[in-house]
Amino acid sequence: MGVAEAVLLTIITASTPLLIAALGELVTERSGVLNLGVEGMMIMGAVAGFAFAQISGSAYVGALGGMLAGAVFSLLFAFLTLSLVANQVATGLALTILGLGLSGLLGEAYIGQPGIKMEPIVIPLLSQIPFIGKLLFAQDLIFYISIALLIAVNWFLFRTRAGLTLRSVGDNHSSAHALGINVIAVRYMAVIFGGACSGLAGAHLSLVQVPQWVENMSAGRGWIALALVVFASWRPMRVLFGAYLFGAVGIAQLHIQALGFSVPSQFLSSLPYIATIIVLVIISGNRRLTLINTPASLGKGFVPDR
Amino acid sequence: MFIELERRPAHSTLYSALSPFIALILTLVAGAILFAVMGINPAKGLYSFFIEPLTEVWSLHELAIKAAPLILIATGLSICFLSSNWNIGAEGQFILGAIFGSILPVLFHEQVGIWVLPAMMIMGMIGGALWALIPALLKTRFGANEILTSLMLVYVAELFLDWLVRGAWRNPEGFNFPETRSFSPGQILPEVLDSGRAHYGAVLAIVAVLIAWFMMAKTIRGFEVKVIGQAPKAGQFAGFDAKRVTIVAFMISGALAGLAGIAEVSGAIQQLRPTISPGYGFTAIIVAFLGRLNPVGVFAAGLVLALSFLGSEAAQISLGVSDKLGRVFQGMLLFFVLACDTLIHYRIRITGWAGRARTGET
Amino acid sequence: MKKTLALVAGMAAGLVAAAGAPALADSHAKTKACFVYVGPIGDFGWSYQHHQGLLAVEAEFGDKVETAYLESVPEGADAERAVERFARSGCNIVFTTSFGYMDATNKVAAKFPDVMFEHATGYKRESDNVSTYSSKFFEGRYIQGQIAAKLSKTGVAGYIASFPIPEVVRGINSFILGAQSINPDFKLKVVWVNTWFDPGKESDAAKTLIDQGVDIVTQHTDSTAPMQVAAERGIMAFGQASDMYRFGEKTQLTAIIDDWAPYYIERVNAVMDGTWESQDVWHGMDHGSVAMAPYTNMPDDVKALAEETEAKIKSGEFTPFTGPITKQDGSQWLADGETADIGTLLGMNFYVQGVDDTLPN
Repeated sequence: MGVAEAVLLTIITASTPLLIAALGELVTERSGVLNLGVEGMMIMGAVAGFAFAQISGSAYVGALGGMLAGAVFSLLFAFLTLSLVANQVATGLALTILGLGLSGLLGEAYIGQPGIKMEPIVIPLLSQIPFIGKLLFAQDLIFYISIALLIAVNWFLFRTRAGLTLRSVGDNHSSAHALGINVIAVRYMAVIFGGACSGLAGAHLSLVQVPQWVENMSAGRGWIALALVVFASWRPMRVLFGAYLFGAVGIAQLHIQALGFSVPSQFLSSLPYIATIIVLVIISGNRRLTLINTPASLGKGFVPDR
Repeated sequence: MFIELERRPAHSTLYSALSPFIALILTLVAGAILFAVMGINPAKGLYSFFIEPLTEVWSLHELAIKAAPLILIATGLSICFLSSNWNIGAEGQFILGAIFGSILPVLFHEQVGIWVLPAMMIMGMIGGALWALIPALLKTRFGANEILTSLMLVYVAELFLDWLVRGAWRNPEGFNFPETRSFSPGQILPEVLDSGRAHYGAVLAIVAVLIAWFMMAKTIRGFEVKVIGQAPKAGQFAGFDAKRVTIVAFMISGALAGLAGIAEVSGAIQQLRPTISPGYGFTAIIVAFLGRLNPVGVFAAGLVLALSFLGSEAAQISLGVSDKLGRVFQGMLLFFVLACDTLIHYRIRITGWAGRARTGET
Repeated sequence: MKKTLALVAGMAAGLVAAAGAPALADSHAKTKACFVYVGPIGDFGWSYQHHQGLLAVEAEFGDKVETAYLESVPEGADAERAVERFARSGCNIVFTTSFGYMDATNKVAAKFPDVMFEHATGYKRESDNVSTYSSKFFEGRYIQGQIAAKLSKTGVAGYIASFPIPEVVRGINSFILGAQSINPDFKLKVVWVNTWFDPGKESDAAKTLIDQGVDIVTQHTDSTAPMQVAAERGIMAFGQASDMYRFGEKTQLTAIIDDWAPYYIERVNAVMDGTWESQDVWHGMDHGSVAMAPYTNMPDDVKALAEETEAKIKSGEFTPFTGPITKQDGSQWLADGETADIGTLLGMNFYVQGVDDTLPN
């Protein structure tokens, strides 16, 4: 394996959970709900993914468990913000705090245990293609899911009737309601979908990236996923670009160090965050582009009047 | 089973007063169940969590030390949140406040006149306000989402502090360990009472609460913030400038976070080190919402949260429970408060399938 | 609703009952040893190892001793409260196990002259009830360097470093000195991750180093992630702080184990028989504070070499910082046969020759 291939492989592994979590949150936000609890759902997915894998002996059951945990955990958020119209920002933050605490509590038994790694699935023939073969066709299942998810979300949002319904709920919940759409039900589904994605992203951390469970192992990746959604101005394909860019900046700073360049490591470590801010500014500066895609009802509670 | 909400014609004064207590009781009940599940006597668990820290004088001092930065930051945040500006980067503003405020004690170590402490506090406020100004300007100028920019700036601030204390500001007599020299006695916020180590940061917090309360309740500026936050169109109609409100709100909350930072460093830590905050800036967001974005409420909420930290420690020692339990408690408390607040504005009706079907017909 | 009320009333009654009966343990019979940890005991690194020391104290003294600990105590204002809480709760000896607790420990110690305090890795002892202790982990790094130079095909090893503090710099220097004693051209690539513990970042750093051609990875961070990455990529690695063999059975060459048990048992014992005195110790392999995990996955001759060096360091015959040593900038640090003085070692802020990195700051 060449150096370039190896580096790209590292970037892909680092970016995959960001991509999945951001896609989930994108769908949630497109329905008009801002769930800041991605970090909390992700860490619940990580601990559940690890636990399910240990108990069942299968990394795939683990991934399923992670998804499930994320979805169930997001229900808590959905109930508060949708059924009880609680403030979405505060509830999302609470979800993160609760997730970090609860996952630590649940995971205590698993600390220090080697985990079960999800093995790559090598696709015959395709994986023989020079260069891209190894990168794209000899990966773990979650990577394939992330790409399938990207295509599916893009297709769903812009090519299906259901996607149109979801977007209309996000853009103007009152008129959607007037048209007979069950706004709350649509949003419940969107939140749960986002939760499942965050959970799967968390499971990627504890099953693929580092097969073990440690407290706080999401280490702020959930927040990055949130930033990516805005970065992408709510377009799925741009999420792909953003996630890989972010992953690449993070890996590049390590390479710069290993090559022996003398730059303060704190500065290099802060690069991904500064880059995110800059890109956010550039993208937000283009009003036309953001206004078209921003769900107009984002973060606003909805109570159907009968 | 479905839940239906019906908006009350006016918000319920009864539930406004009751809802924090209902939330507290629910948290206690849920906590008791949690303890029982973990095999701990619930009464003992709740006692060591919520009462034990209040039984000793030194512990009350510790409560004040822990609550002061939370209250200071949350007071500023509540003003910011009321204006619908979602500053979640107070942690970074806290750090920059600490750095700016430490310029005097670190670089001009010999300066010990009575003007030094006030100058440090003011510098701290400036540092925090300037750091908060960045997301405010990015929002008003470019429309960049302030939740994300303010958050990203937290990481940048942490790394900047790290770089300072490991490099230029490192204590020359400290064996190259990452910390600045200790502040001189005249650069340290003194203790308020002889009975413990609570310092004047607590007094600053109380003053900030009073000023904020006055501003929000009695001044046109406070009115402007609320109008812009709740009804931006109406506010513009009334001639209020939304952009200016954004900038003012961010700078107030940044200044208070910065003040909390330098007060913590000068009063409790007495030097700069790579980590100076155990996440005060984030915890303060909970405090702001627990206190329902009201300065007086924030004051009470800050004390409750600080109590939960101290209680978590007490429980670790006396019951041998994990420190994660404290965080679960905080999360639960916030959930219950948010849920109970629904009662203020809505009537809640729980309907079965039958009720659902009936409404479907109408 | 009635039921809920009854439950609440019951709980309130319970609270009152609990309040009325403080724990009246016969505190005089037992010695109470208390520990403050900076990380979770589940980090499987620094705090985990200190906690193993606590468990060893319990095992050694049985019911003559009582222990307590607080984990994940942030450095700063919280540390002082944690230490004071222990001092007030009847602890006879308090171990504060992070450098950042230095001032907090000394402040509280001044207020509680009857309680003994032991601060790890610090240098301040402001009252005579404070001791400081640390371990010469760098001794083990030298052996690792030798093994690396023997086994590496590329002649380059990778080092995942946490923060540029003297302890970490000592480790890097000792490693390269050991390697150069075998292969004078041996090179070391260093990546600073600015964290003690972030498995994701540590694993990315390990991959980066491997991609740049190192074929042996060593780490001065706490998680097992680099070991797992090395195992996946089929190269060799050294464990850190604890024996990480379970995370790389075909990968781990050896590991430096922080074994605090001998010291903790010794000091608790000193409190029991009244011989405790303030001291400053820097123990190494001679005392058992630094131990090497079994040498695995290497040919017998390399193993023999490692064991020989270990024995020499143990007996005091050899110490890693023995001249001639040249600094990275080409100036001479130690002349032939000269050994480093403690002060320079404690505050070490320069590299020796052969490190392919610029020291931050």
